[in-house]
Amino acid sequence: MTVADVLMIALGAVAVGSGTLVVTSAHLVRSGLYLVVSLGATAGLYLVLGAELVAWVQVLVYVGAVVVLLLFAVMLTRAPIGASAGLDRPAGPSALIGAGVGFGLAALFADAFRWIEYPRADPGTAERIGGEIFGTWVLPFEVLSILLLSALVGAIVLSRPDIGARRAPEQTPEEADEEVPA
Amino acid sequence: MHVTIPYVVAAALFGLGVHGVIRRRNAILVLMAVELMLNAVNLILVTADVAVRSALVGVPGEAWANPNSQAGSGGVFALFVIVLAAAEVGVGLAIVLQYYRMRKAVAIDEVPLADEVQE
Repeated sequence: MTVADVLMIALGAVAVGSGTLVVTSAHLVRSGLYLVVSLGATAGLYLVLGAELVAWVQVLVYVGAVVVLLLFAVMLTRAPIGASAGLDRPAGPSALIGAGVGFGLAALFADAFRWIEYPRADPGTAERIGGEIFGTWVLPFEVLSILLLSALVGAIVLSRPDIGARRAPEQTPEEADEEVPA
Repeated sequence: MHVTIPYVVAAALFGLGVHGVIRRRNAILVLMAVELMLNAVNLILVTADVAVRSALVGVPGEAWANPNSQAGSGGVFALFVIVLAAAEVGVGLAIVLQYYRMRKAVAIDEVPLADEVQE
């Protein structure tokens, strides 16, 4: 057990514990805030593993942007501040499937990698990752930028009522006909 | 360092995400559980970067990218997955908010199918 191992166990326990609270909490807002803790602990794991740039991008994009977006949506859908009823289906089947997937994957990884000591990774500098992105992976990078742009345009089109969106109660007969498969 | 620890943590996070996606009725909470699953995949990619790189010392990288490449690009793929997650949550929340504007509800198991809409 090295220092890195102890750090990884502690951060992993925080990540899994707050992840459990994300999927079991009855408060919508608290669920989002536990997601911040879980993602932050994962960013700490990235730091221990030597992926410095990924850790800070995780903090910026996930904790900074994605969670704020999720909390905005929670508030825009007028979620109650306290505990909300009827948030969950019965826990039996989902717990069975989730535990099966989790324990199955964990057993697979534990069997594949055993308790082997790997040498500590050199701290990955932004220079190396930048070289890889703009050298080897430059084509996926450009494709990804196009995908991001189209996702942005799609989100704008979806949320503007004057272009493209249909209001359900006042459907014209032609539109209703289009929706029903023949 | 023992790479089994982050692998097992990632497996547990993925299982929690699956549990949340199946169990939650609120669409926003389902998106949060999807974020947990994507995050677990990222953790696996970064850990595999560490584990595989130490086994690949001296091995040349991808052939099409010579001489610029190194074996092991888990960090790059983790960055790509983060970008994809941001795009996914943007479009997903736009759909959820539009649905809320139409029906005043976000429960995903009450979404009417096509033939129920007509009534």
